[in-house]
Amino acid sequence: MLGYLVGRLLQALTVLLLLSAATYGLLGLMPGDPIDLMSGANPDITPADIARLKALHGLDQPIWSRYLAWVSAALQGDFGYSRLYAQPVLDIVADRLPVTLMLIGVSLVVALAIAFPAAMFAARNPGGLADRAINLVCFAGISVPPFWLALLLIILFAVILGWLPAGGMASTGGEASTLDRLRHLILPVATLTAATVAAYTRHLRAALIEVLSEDYVRTARAKGLSEHRVMTRHALRNALLPVVTLLGLDFGALVSGALITETMFAQLGMGKMIYDAIMGNDYNLALVGLLVAAGATLLGSLLADLAYARLDPRISYRADGGS
Amino acid sequence: MRRSLTALVLAAAAVLATTASGHSRENLTIGITQYPSTLNPMIDSMLAKSYVLATAYRQITIEGHDWQPMCQLCTALPTIENGLAEPFPSQAEDGTPITGVRKTYTLRDDAFWGDGTPVTTDDVLFAWEVGKHPETGVDTVKAYQDVLDIEVHSPKRFTIVARKLDYRYPSMGDFQVLPAHLERPSFAAPREYRNRTLYQTDPTNPGLWNGPYRVAEVRVGSHIALARNAEWRGPAPAFERLVVRAIENTSALEANLLSGAIDMVAGEAGLSLDQALAFEKRHGDRYQVIYQPGLIYEHLDVMLDNPILADLRVRRALLHAIDREAISQRLFAGKQLAANSFVNPLDWVHTTEGVPTYPYDPLRAKALLEEAGWVLGPDGVRWNTYSQRLSVSLMTTAGNRTRELVQQVLADYWKRIGIETRIVNEPARVFFGETVSKRKFPGLAMFAWLSAPESLPRTTLHSEGIPTEQNNWGGQNYTGFRNAEMDRLIDATEIELDREKRGRLWADIQRLYATELPVLPLYFRADSYILPTWLQGVRPTGHKYTTTNWIEDWRVVE
Repeated sequence: MLGYLVGRLLQALTVLLLLSAATYGLLGLMPGDPIDLMSGANPDITPADIARLKALHGLDQPIWSRYLAWVSAALQGDFGYSRLYAQPVLDIVADRLPVTLMLIGVSLVVALAIAFPAAMFAARNPGGLADRAINLVCFAGISVPPFWLALLLIILFAVILGWLPAGGMASTGGEASTLDRLRHLILPVATLTAATVAAYTRHLRAALIEVLSEDYVRTARAKGLSEHRVMTRHALRNALLPVVTLLGLDFGALVSGALITETMFAQLGMGKMIYDAIMGNDYNLALVGLLVAAGATLLGSLLADLAYARLDPRISYRADGGS
Repeated sequence: MRRSLTALVLAAAAVLATTASGHSRENLTIGITQYPSTLNPMIDSMLAKSYVLATAYRQITIEGHDWQPMCQLCTALPTIENGLAEPFPSQAEDGTPITGVRKTYTLRDDAFWGDGTPVTTDDVLFAWEVGKHPETGVDTVKAYQDVLDIEVHSPKRFTIVARKLDYRYPSMGDFQVLPAHLERPSFAAPREYRNRTLYQTDPTNPGLWNGPYRVAEVRVGSHIALARNAEWRGPAPAFERLVVRAIENTSALEANLLSGAIDMVAGEAGLSLDQALAFEKRHGDRYQVIYQPGLIYEHLDVMLDNPILADLRVRRALLHAIDREAISQRLFAGKQLAANSFVNPLDWVHTTEGVPTYPYDPLRAKALLEEAGWVLGPDGVRWNTYSQRLSVSLMTTAGNRTRELVQQVLADYWKRIGIETRIVNEPARVFFGETVSKRKFPGLAMFAWLSAPESLPRTTLHSEGIPTEQNNWGGQNYTGFRNAEMDRLIDATEIELDREKRGRLWADIQRLYATELPVLPLYFRADSYILPTWLQGVRPTGHKYTTTNWIEDWRVVE
C-alpha cells in the first residue's frame, strides 16, 4: 500500500509540473497582456510608458524565460506577487481557500444529508409517487440556473422578508460573530446545494435500484432482515461506488470554487479569484489557483481509489502499484 | 432569456418589496461594481480607486463642476496674470527650443495627514521622486518627468519648474502628493514600491489620508470602510462611517439596494443606463435617479487602411444612414446625447459653428454611395465595377448588452441603403488587448474613450499616435489617421495660452474631424446615480473627478 501511495504521489507531482507549464503557456498565448489592456482604456498613456511598464512587469521577455524564472522562484517557496491585488500570491490563496472550503464543504455535507435519505426512500418503490416526486424535485434542482436561483433567494429572503443578508461574508464594522457569518452563508449554501443534492440523489437512487435487485439482497430479505437493515447494511454499501467516484471528482471543486454563486453573493472564494486572475492576466495568481485546484482533484481521485478498496473487498492495491 | 428571467424576478420584487429596512443615518453604504486593485494614489488608474480615494485623499488640483481646474490642497491656481506663473526658455527632450513655465503653489495651512502631520513641500518632493522613477509602476509618468525641478521656498510654498508651457499649466494634473514621513522607507527599493507601499500593506494607517475620511477597514475584494478623519479641518462630513462595497453583478447590486444592504449605487461604477431606466420605472418613487451626461464618448473607429472605408463618401454615407437621435431617444430615453464630434457639448471648447453634421438622411447616403461607384445589386447589397461587395465588418466587445443592441440597430440602418454588415464580436480582453491595439480590425470597431475636459486628442488623432510594431504598438490612433493639418492644429493648440485663440483652434479641430470623419461619432454615455431620497448634495461632474471629491457637501435631509 505504501509503495502504491508513493507511486501515486510521484505521478501527481509530475502531472502538476506538466500542468504548470501548460497553464503558463496557455496564459501567455492569450491575446493581450495587462499593459495592452491598460493602454486600451487610457488615452493619455504614451508608447514610452507602455515599453517601460512591459519591462517592469517582465512582459518583454519570452514566455519560456518567464516560466523558468517562475519555477525557479517557486521551488524556493516564492510564488510571487499578484498583479491584481499587489499582495503575495500565497496570502491571497490562504485568504480565499477557507471561504471556498467552508462554502462548498457545507453545501456538500447538506447535499449528502438530504440526498441519502431521499435516494433510499425513492429506491424502495421505483416509479411510485414518492419516487416521481423526488425525481421531479431533482430535475428542478439540476435545471434551475444557479444565477437565477440565487437572485430568487435574495429577492425572497433579503428583499421581501428581510430575514437574511443579500450578500457578503459578514456584516461590516468590527469583528463579525460566528452567527453573523453563518447567516451570510445560508443563501449561497442553499444555491449550491440545490444542484448538488439533485445530482447525488439521482446517482445514488439509480445505484440502489440496481443493487436492490441483486441475489444477495433477496437472500438477505429471505433471512428475515428488516427492510431498513437490508438497505443500510447490504444495499447502500455496494451502491456507494458511483457516489464515491462523484465525491472524488467534486473534491477538486471544493477548492476551485463556484464562480456564479460566489459572484452573485459577493463571496470571496477561489472560483472568483481564479476567474479574475485569468481575465486580468495575473499569471502568478491564476497559475497557483489552478495548481491548487488540480492538486485537490488529484488528491480526491486518490482518496476515491482508496475508498473503493475499503468498500469493495475485491479491490486491493499491491505494493507494485497494480490493483 | 437570462435577462428576461432576471427582469421577471425583479418585477416580482417591485410588487412585493416592502420599504427598505430602517437604516442608521450615521452610516452610508455605497455599492460599486469594481474593487480597487490598490489604494496607492499613484499606481493604477481605475475608476473604483478614484471613487474611494476621493473620500480620504485630496490632491493639489482637480477639475470642478464647471470643468475648470480648481485647488484642493493649494490656495490659488498660478497664472501668468496673477504673477504666480512665469514663462522661461526651455528645451524639449530632443533639444528643440520651447517655452517652459515656473509656477508657484502654496499648500493650505489646514491641510494635515490623519496622524496630525502637516502636508508640506516634503511630501511634494517625495512624490516627485517616486513618480518620475521608471521602476515605480506609475501608469503615466509624464506628469512627473516633465517637471525639471521643484524649488522649495517654505514648508508650504514651492515652485514647479515645468519643461513645457501649455494651456493646462495652472493645473498640477495627475501629480499626487505622498506622506513622505511614512512612505519613504517603502521606496527604498523602487521596483518593490508597488507591493511595499503602506497604502497596500497598512492601509488603515491614519497618516496616509488627508481628506474628510480615513480608511478604517479593508476587506480585499469585498469592501472598504472609512471613518471620519479627526485631522480634517474642512467642513465636517455628514456620516460617521462610510462603507464602499464591491458587488460585481449588477442584478445582485440592485437586489442589495432593494434589501437595504446598501443605501446607494455610485453612478461612476454602477448600473448601466438601461438598467437604471428600468429601475427608475419600478422604484422611482423610493429613490432619486440622476442621469449625468459625461465624457465617455462612444464611437466607431474606422480602419482607414481598408480601401472601401478610405473613401470619404462611404464614411459620410455610413453616418447619414443612421438616425442617432432616434437611437438616443428609443434606446436611452434621450438621456445620452448624440455626438457630432469627440468634443462634448458641455465642454467650453465645443462648437457647432461651421462643423459639418450628418443628420439622418438615407437618400443622401444612397446618393453618396452611387457617387462612389457602389450600385445596388439584385441581392439588396451594393457592388462596384471591380465586382467588390459593399460589406463591412463591425466589431465590439462581446457581452456588452448595450453595444450589441446598438450594433444590431446600425446593421439594420445600413442594410436599408445596401451595405452588408458582418458582426464580429470578441471578449474585451481580445478586442482591446489585440484587435484594436494592434489595428487588426478590418472595418469598424465600436468602443468608448474616457476623456477629460478640454483634452487634446494627441494620442488618438495625431499621426505620431498611430500604433506600429516599431513603436511597440503604442499610441491610440487606431484608425491610422494621418493628416498634417490635424497634427499642426493639435501642436498649436497645446501651447496656445490665449483662451479665445485656443477656442478658435479647437473649432478648427472639430471642423476637420467632422469633415474627414476618421471616426464615426455615436453618442456620449450618461452615468446613472441611484440615491436614497434622504441624501442631498451629490453632484455628478460628468468627468473623471468623482462625486466623492465633494463628500463633505453630502447631507441627510429627512
